[in-house]
Amino acid sequence: MNDPSKVNLKRVVIDPVTRVEGHGKVSLLLDDDNQIHEARFHIVEFRGFERFIEGRPYWELPMVVQRLCGICPVSHHLAAGKAIDQLAGVSELSPPAEKLRRLLHWGQSLQSHALHFFHLASPDLLFGFESDVRKRSIVSVIESHRDLALKGVKIRKYGQEVIKAITGKKIHGMAVLAGGMNRALTTDQIKQLKIDIKDIINWTEEALVLVRKLYLSDIALHTKFAKADSAFLSLVDKDGTLDLYHGGLRIKNADGSILHDHYDYSNYTQLIKEQVKSWSYMKFPFLIERGPQTGWYKVGPLARINNCDRIDTIKAESYRQDFLAHSEDALVHPPLAFHWARMIEALYCAEAIAKMLDDPDLCSGDLMRRGEKQLEGIGVIEAPRGTLFHHYKINENDQVTMANLIVSTTSNNQAMNESVRQVANTYVSGRELTPELLNNIEVAIRAYDPCLSCATHAVGKMPLQVELLNSVGETVARCSRSSETGFNVE
Amino acid sequence: MTIDIKNPSFLLDGEEVPFTEGQTVMEAALTAGSYIPHLCFHPELQAHGSCRLCIVESDNRLHASCTLQANSRLKVSSQTQAINKMRKHIVQMLFVEGNHICPSCEFSGNCQLQAMAYELDMEEGHFHFRYPKREQDASHNDIFLDRDRCINCELCVRASRENDAKNVFSLGGRGTETHLCANSASGKLGDTSLDVSDKAANICPVGALLINDQSYVTPKEDRVYYQTSISLRGNRRPKEIE
Repeated sequence: MNDPSKVNLKRVVIDPVTRVEGHGKVSLLLDDDNQIHEARFHIVEFRGFERFIEGRPYWELPMVVQRLCGICPVSHHLAAGKAIDQLAGVSELSPPAEKLRRLLHWGQSLQSHALHFFHLASPDLLFGFESDVRKRSIVSVIESHRDLALKGVKIRKYGQEVIKAITGKKIHGMAVLAGGMNRALTTDQIKQLKIDIKDIINWTEEALVLVRKLYLSDIALHTKFAKADSAFLSLVDKDGTLDLYHGGLRIKNADGSILHDHYDYSNYTQLIKEQVKSWSYMKFPFLIERGPQTGWYKVGPLARINNCDRIDTIKAESYRQDFLAHSEDALVHPPLAFHWARMIEALYCAEAIAKMLDDPDLCSGDLMRRGEKQLEGIGVIEAPRGTLFHHYKINENDQVTMANLIVSTTSNNQAMNESVRQVANTYVSGRELTPELLNNIEVAIRAYDPCLSCATHAVGKMPLQVELLNSVGETVARCSRSSETGFNVE
Repeated sequence: MTIDIKNPSFLLDGEEVPFTEGQTVMEAALTAGSYIPHLCFHPELQAHGSCRLCIVESDNRLHASCTLQANSRLKVSSQTQAINKMRKHIVQMLFVEGNHICPSCEFSGNCQLQAMAYELDMEEGHFHFRYPKREQDASHNDIFLDRDRCINCELCVRASRENDAKNVFSLGGRGTETHLCANSASGKLGDTSLDVSDKAANICPVGALLINDQSYVTPKEDRVYYQTSISLRGNRRPKEIE
């Protein structure tokens, strides 16, 4: 039966949202004057990793669950690795093993952030949110900003080379074992990686300066665009320094006050719950103490840069201070500031890689620790898109009996919906729908760099379809986009 | 072709292959360094003739070379397009019959079935995947029995009987339901006398029997077939690399 409050409304569907990792769609309910009645960001793919790993031996987890994603597999590899360390009873890795994992994670975060900024986000930022749809792609960036685009490709490549050196492959390698790593680096590999790292730091800094300039060039617009103020959640190390690999959970309220600090992530089930909604395969996590309505929070680069007290690399720390100083608020909330924060992190990763490459431990053979088997393990890591939880239980025969993953994008679900609603109300409402106009909504979603494949633990086609339906469900207009025919309006 | 009684030989793909009395075509070919594809053959165990990958053609008939006695009158063809096409179909059937998830499989790079697929230019399954439901057995402290990967070659069955003198394994069921059984009252591997050092535990060509604490320890580039094809490397287990 139709909801009486939705009678005489039209539905607009953006399906799928493009230049994000994975598949999602946006639906807008409009009245006859094109005023927004409701806006939702749906995740439409179902994968079910949490179920099909049941029964498998736990040491397979880092290898299997990394297949969730082709962009940030290392995050899943490492988070699962941290969880199975616990299953193997190892609470502390050997220093060389931990350093290799950290280096691996920096390489991964650097390449993922470079991919997002240069390939996915830069067309919006360089050409404008409502620019010609034919212009909004990496190809146009290469044509008009060749030097920038090539540096972006090279930064990403460098991150992938770090991953390959440690895991044997750029994507879906194999390195993490329960209690350690399966190989050290060779001096030749380190020598090779050292050749380009100075350029990588310089180019990443250039990109950071560019994104800062773009953000500040229209600060009035950018600070209010898609705004969805909330608490921030991330890991910080024991003295509050930015740490992507390990630490305690810190939650800052929207006003900048600290709600929880150094919270032991092993107790995350007492902190966070996930709400299921019938219209999306992506769950909605919330802070238990605040409930589902107001307990939502954000994760990712913006959360981390807002939450940490310092960054332990020189350039990134100075850009962090500059970032916080630009705003009069206690915290920087605008979603578009994600791009700025993301590049501060990319610079941090590049600097941290340079420093780590001088550490002789990387070539050490002391890679494994053993312990007494445990039946439950929880691994948490700061993936490029935010805090990532992997939680497993096993039986006495080492087989997985329970798996729960809260991936970064899931934590940003409510925030993305809030941003979609805000942008739809501000920019779409009352205007005739065009692909350029609808891109405003996608710009808001892209700021969060969502990985929808991960979030539903999707593969398939990437066309865009927008449908206008009247209140009885009849199609009154249809727009489609495909790689073959471009954008068509029927 | 003249027959040299003192130094007998037969022709394999036009090349003379010497043999000694009692050798099969497979044994003589391997001794001479000529590779005939196979999965269920092992030089230390009784020939089984079941995987049919080692088929060769002689006198317009197909034979399993692991059970075909060598003799000086033989003219054998192995590397022909028609035979390799049949071999490829056999490998494809083995793939679709089980659940072979190469991307995350611990045995990837060491797996003889995977290496054979590369050798025979197999690019897809061709047949419908059956996705069978097979029971896994994690009851043994040191060894995981993953029946999803088992190709019923019976190498472990024979190794346990002939080498380990234990009779830990057998095949049960019929047709598509055929599966590897652990010979214990409970049917569990953990209740058998299988030891991690037994030949039976270290002979599986596809990783259906895995030693727990060895999983993923070997980096990909150090694996048997990472850079070398099975026809050059031969059917080797990881520890048998020189």
